[in-house]
Amino acid sequence: MDRAVTQIATADEASGSEGRSTRTVSLIIENMQCGACMGNIERALRGAEGVVSARASLAAKRVAVTYDETKVDPLQLIEVLDNTGYRAAESVGSADEAASARADDLLRRLGVAGFASSNVMLLSVSVWAGVASDMDASAQGLFHWLSALIAMPAIAYSAQPFFRSAFAALRSRNLNMDVPISLGISLATAMSVYQTVRGTEQVYFDAAITLTFFLLVGRYLDEKVRVRARGAAENLIGLKALAANVIGVGGAVRRVPARELTVGMKVQVAPGERMPVDGRIVSGATHVDTSLITGETVPRHATMGTLVHAGTVNLGAAIVIEATATDDNTLLAEIARLVQAAEQGRGRYVRLADRAARLYAPAVHLLGLATLLGWLIAGAGFERSLTYAIAVLIITCPCALALAVPAVQVAAASRLFGRGVIVKAPDGLERLSEVDTIVFDKTGTLTRGEPSLSNASEIDDRTLAAAASLAVASRHPYSRAVVRTARERGLAFAVADGVVEEPGSGLRSETPRGERRLGSAVWVDAASAGTDGAETSSLWFREGSASPVALRFDDALRSDAKTLVSELRAAGYRVCLLSGDREAAVRSAAAEVGIEEWAAEVRPDGKIARLEELKGQSCRVLMVGDGLNDAPALAAAHASLSPSTAADVSQTASDAVFQGESLAPVGEVLKVSRAAQRMAFENFAISLGYNFLFVPLAVAGYVTPLIAALAMSLSSIAVTGNALRLRGRRLALGKVKAR
Amino acid sequence: MTALVWLIPCALVLGFLGLIAFLWALRSGQFEDLEGAGWRAIQDEEPGPDPDPK
Repeated sequence: MDRAVTQIATADEASGSEGRSTRTVSLIIENMQCGACMGNIERALRGAEGVVSARASLAAKRVAVTYDETKVDPLQLIEVLDNTGYRAAESVGSADEAASARADDLLRRLGVAGFASSNVMLLSVSVWAGVASDMDASAQGLFHWLSALIAMPAIAYSAQPFFRSAFAALRSRNLNMDVPISLGISLATAMSVYQTVRGTEQVYFDAAITLTFFLLVGRYLDEKVRVRARGAAENLIGLKALAANVIGVGGAVRRVPARELTVGMKVQVAPGERMPVDGRIVSGATHVDTSLITGETVPRHATMGTLVHAGTVNLGAAIVIEATATDDNTLLAEIARLVQAAEQGRGRYVRLADRAARLYAPAVHLLGLATLLGWLIAGAGFERSLTYAIAVLIITCPCALALAVPAVQVAAASRLFGRGVIVKAPDGLERLSEVDTIVFDKTGTLTRGEPSLSNASEIDDRTLAAAASLAVASRHPYSRAVVRTARERGLAFAVADGVVEEPGSGLRSETPRGERRLGSAVWVDAASAGTDGAETSSLWFREGSASPVALRFDDALRSDAKTLVSELRAAGYRVCLLSGDREAAVRSAAAEVGIEEWAAEVRPDGKIARLEELKGQSCRVLMVGDGLNDAPALAAAHASLSPSTAADVSQTASDAVFQGESLAPVGEVLKVSRAAQRMAFENFAISLGYNFLFVPLAVAGYVTPLIAALAMSLSSIAVTGNALRLRGRRLALGKVKAR
Repeated sequence: MTALVWLIPCALVLGFLGLIAFLWALRSGQFEDLEGAGWRAIQDEEPGPDPDPK
């Protein structure tokens, strides 16, 4: 840990006489979900010895704890939270802090620009009104000087991000949108100062500072999205177990931080704990929830010699594993690396606005130069020629062009937001609009991702309530499904007295009418009672000597999965299914929704390989997935979507997240993104149209500050107005263009 | 026109106060946890410095 960063001397007022031994750490808490969690976490930490203060942040899923270093250490704090039921991890993130500092910096500049632009506008409007009435030259001069006084320092401070970006682009012999922006802003300011000194009316402070303000708004929103995405990626660390019980040579058990584990150590994992390392089971047998890694819903049976992965959950009995890979070498760490690598590849995508800038910037600069030379040749004198040339640059300063794409994206994002889709990536909509192939994951994407009781209609209320009273004591996914079904039917049940969970077998409790058992076929002795052979996806329930009742489970498809797939195929999209689940399960799901291209038991790197293959056939792939095992593929695909129930990392890696049980948002996203792309082109046409109208005026030397301000705001309003049409329109899923 | 002598400074001072308030709010972390702040208001008990174990 970086102590220099986190050390804070708050000792004087808070901890009394202990001197400067307090430190502050930031703990990531994966399952902090509501206000109540926040209170519980803060109370638990404040109750611990040596803690000076604790402040939780729900948005960041973190808590800042100030504690006395001589009395307690972070591992103990994590354990305090663990006992309260919260999984915590110490934050390492220096990159994260730098990014959020950058966002704060932009916000500060935005505040200054907002203050300056509103005051300068106030003065400018007075001057424009004064031109029409009887304002005298001295008052006009005073107003111009005041504007200069406010605008110059504000521009020098607020517009720095654009100047820096433009300078960096020029140094690497590139052109981006910031080059014409910076040139426009700085020339407008410089000329306004000169004209203010001379006392003429060619003063453009208002245009320069308002432009800075609007552009900063866009820049800030962009940065904010990235900060949140980075934070969620770091929270992945919280999924790993943080401390482990290591069994020493003499059989003694000691608690060791996960990052100090080495290959060959024997580690004990209690029921409900996550595996701290990749390893082989050397003692015990259990069920392991591997959904995080493979996307399988059915817990895997694991015995001696089975390889288990870090991050999976031990559902059954206590086991001992021998570490084969630790910390940075585990499968989980490998997935995080794959995600990073894939995201870098996507970073090369050039956004529409930047492509436009590459054409626009040279054209504008040449036009300015031509104006200067033209007037010089016409014999207008250097100063007048330069004034006209600068007016051309101000008129063409790409305010509407810089707004053309963001305005459409904000309108599209708000339409989608209303339908439960959150668009995260700034260029996500552009990439989504180009998609022609859609790859679905199965578990949690096409299906609901949790087992549900499939034969509930065959079970009567009394039996279900009795089974639920046992099941409520267990955290096995099947038990939870039983409890959920019972609650949905409105049955009343309480935890049965004296429920005992036999690891790996089931649950039992004694009642006056005999023993109740819920569990595997063997445990309930279903075979001897003369019922059908045991299936893997089932539980059995037996009360006393009555004949056992089977409870069958499956992972039900989302209600509109079939409709969506047939709609997409009708529109000409190629639809595939890639899953980490077993072949039989994938085949039946594919058949049910009508997907012909499918593959089962695909590992995370296999999914990437499959995507590369599709890319080789010049397909633009949309990946829809939720599991951690999909995260690399989500990052590698041309565009990606994930449900809001997905792992944090997967949500971070995808361009948009949709909520709810329905899959309809997938179709909606495709429709809206394609409409948005069309509209972005319309907006380019509008802003270029304005330029065709006003540039001749500027070249001819007829541009006054009023015309400059009008041209800028009118074109911006037209572009924004056009974008807003996107909100209410009915859209149809048009045919995909054949490539 | 004499009204300008005090109207303009007034406008500037008010705007400046707004700016100062914004920068103060930013610095003191008012925007750090927009979700959590809403929840704190409706929490039954204020998690104060001395916790109340039930």
